Amino acid sequence: MNRRNTNWLILIIFLLALALWVDLSKELSLVNPFNDKAIFSRNVETRLGLDLRGGLQTLLEADLPANSSISSEELAVTRQILESRANALGVSEVVMQTAGERRIVAEFPGVSNPEEVVASLQQTGLLEFVDMGTTPVQAGTVIKTDFAQSDTTDGASTTPEATATADPNQPTPTTAPDQPTPTAEPTQQEQPVYHTVMTGADLKEAHVSTNQTGQPSVSFTLSSEGAQIFADYTTTHTNQYLGIVLDKTVIEAPIIKNPITDGQGVIEGGFTAQTANNLAIQLRYGSLPVPVKVVESRTVGATLGEESVRKSLMAGMIGLGVVILFMLLYYRLPGFIADLALIIYAVLSLALFKFIPVVLTLPGIAGFILSIGMAVDANILIFERLKEELRAGRNLRQAIDLGWSRAWPSIRDSNTSTLITCLILYVFGNTFGASIVKGFSITLALGVVVSLFTAIIVTRTFLHTLLDNLKLADHPRWFGL
Amino acid sequence: MNIIKNRYLYFLISLLVIIPGVIFMIINWVNVGTPLPLGIDFTGGSLLEVQFTGTRPTSEQIQSAFLKFAPNTDPVIQALDVDSYAIRSKTIDDATKGKIVAEFESLSGSPVNTLAFSSVSASIGAEVTRAAGFAILAAAVFILGYIWYAFRGVDHAFRYGTAAILAMLHDVFVVLGVEAILAYFLGWEADALFLTALLTVIGFSVHDTIVVFDRIRENSHVYRRVAYEPLVNHSIVQTLDRSLNTQLTVMFTLFALVLFGGESIRHFVLILLVGIFSGTYSSIFNASPILVVWENQEWKNWFRRPATAQ
Repeated sequence: MNRRNTNWLILIIFLLALALWVDLSKELSLVNPFNDKAIFSRNVETRLGLDLRGGLQTLLEADLPANSSISSEELAVTRQILESRANALGVSEVVMQTAGERRIVAEFPGVSNPEEVVASLQQTGLLEFVDMGTTPVQAGTVIKTDFAQSDTTDGASTTPEATATADPNQPTPTTAPDQPTPTAEPTQQEQPVYHTVMTGADLKEAHVSTNQTGQPSVSFTLSSEGAQIFADYTTTHTNQYLGIVLDKTVIEAPIIKNPITDGQGVIEGGFTAQTANNLAIQLRYGSLPVPVKVVESRTVGATLGEESVRKSLMAGMIGLGVVILFMLLYYRLPGFIADLALIIYAVLSLALFKFIPVVLTLPGIAGFILSIGMAVDANILIFERLKEELRAGRNLRQAIDLGWSRAWPSIRDSNTSTLITCLILYVFGNTFGASIVKGFSITLALGVVVSLFTAIIVTRTFLHTLLDNLKLADHPRWFGL
Repeated sequence: MNIIKNRYLYFLISLLVIIPGVIFMIINWVNVGTPLPLGIDFTGGSLLEVQFTGTRPTSEQIQSAFLKFAPNTDPVIQALDVDSYAIRSKTIDDATKGKIVAEFESLSGSPVNTLAFSSVSASIGAEVTRAAGFAILAAAVFILGYIWYAFRGVDHAFRYGTAAILAMLHDVFVVLGVEAILAYFLGWEADALFLTALLTVIGFSVHDTIVVFDRIRENSHVYRRVAYEPLVNHSIVQTLDRSLNTQLTVMFTLFALVLFGGESIRHFVLILLVGIFSGTYSSIFNASPILVVWENQEWKNWFRRPATAQ
């Protein structure tokens, strides 16, 4: 057995073992045996797309004139704020990604209340400092302020029309989902309306700091205008409570200990590093830097998803089975080896899907199943070549080498065209957050790449290994001749 | 086996498949304004699928309940199975959908499952349509460029590129035609997945064509003295086993998906199946014969009357 072939064989077995490990586990972790610390850990659970597990997908677009430029940072911050809002709703595994220059794709697997989720996303993120007098309001409480009703010019540049139309329905699970705009008179009379001293528009900067006792806190700096308002207000309202309110929900209500005249302030109070950071982000970007609107919304019920998973798995199995049978019957021994390679292909691809991770959608699975057919194509090309060389009277070893080297240009050129299409599909799917199109192109492209490896390297290595250990040359029938 | 000899017969078969499709595209165009009825991915609008666990209201009841919360949205109601409805309309938002489903529940007196709800704004739809056109164009340009690159050392690389593109257009028309016919009889709509299938077919079509052309490229080095026509024919015959077997394996997997893969991607997979079949046909029976037609410059004789004795 030659050295090169042995090396390939070892590599294939190693990869296969690695792939099986990924396929069979939900989480990968390597622990250092000396100190029990994890060296490496990764969640490799199979990720199912929304069409398979049910849920909500929305495409949000910047609600600004088409010619206005939006920096990628602004969009990223918008995404971050939206994500923390969605998490606040208690939806798990929210996926939010920016798509193109002015869009954000948001996916909420398994939500049963899409209306509520969409409503919360469309809130503008209005930050207010409100006068709470001598009675602080508990954090988390939804309050009314006089800002929305009276003043629409202040801070209008960052929150156009939003202040007037912002949906007051809060992301609290207690709110009835079918009453997005509680305009009922009685509740308005019962609830006090707080005075808004100023809005987030007057805030220049906010960051996490630590106070003397080492507790995380949030420091902020106001614009010169804001500093003036704040100085006047804190001078006259010492020992009263100042409410910091985001989208009409109280975040904190610290007491004003001393007048703040330099436009600098510190918010203290039971923060962890994480909550302080969240607040700093919210203060900094209280209003979404970019207002958004929902331009596309898709909900798939969970029942439809479950059924799809079962059916497509079954279709995949049947498809794979028939192909395996066909190859075995038509190409005999090489066919059997191609079948082994095909199974290795399936194991490797699945491991890659789990590891990268690729979110599996229904068309994605179709792409994968389709690539099974493609995976065999390279083998068919090679085996037909192999047969031709055998018929031309070459000995088996020569025929194998020639079969591979002569089939390679066709395999390379033809697969390149499929990869080009995949790339175009990917770009198209990515721009519009069309995750099904994207999913298909990713699985098909990965399938093509993995199949090149298995069809070319794996089958050749196996065939050579057999050739070295069995007297294959005595049995032309094994090659379907 | 002489495939090249009967090339005009094979061109004719292609035409016989394409022409009815084109006719139905024209019929659709007259009926709905586009050759293929477009889904909400392209036009914008909403599609709501609901399943009733109790008694299913009549479609008139559904219509009036829908219009109560979403006036002027032109809902079109289609019954599915025995317990479900699909309602297509102009774009409605999630809040409105919530109210409508609640109204359905009070109509039927039992819970209503939202099987699926999609809502696409008209502006996104228009943009997706533009991008779709661009994607098809980009695919054609990139692939033409790639073929030109792959065959750069061969005489008449441009011919190979053009023949591959013509074969690809053939497949595109077959797919569009079949979609147009199915759209007419079954009410199918072209959506983003249809576009995905179409682009995949484009990739596959060229994939197949390249395999045959590659053999011609190779053979032209080996058999320098053989005339072009038998050379091309020989190359086709040599790759025929491979073409058919690859075709078969892909068909097996796609058939499994059509038969067992569930309703929601059947349309997608069926279009792939048609396109890939057409791709194999065109690479054998169109692309390579076109090379021969070009080599012989046969168009000079197409419209010339056969010489008659005077």
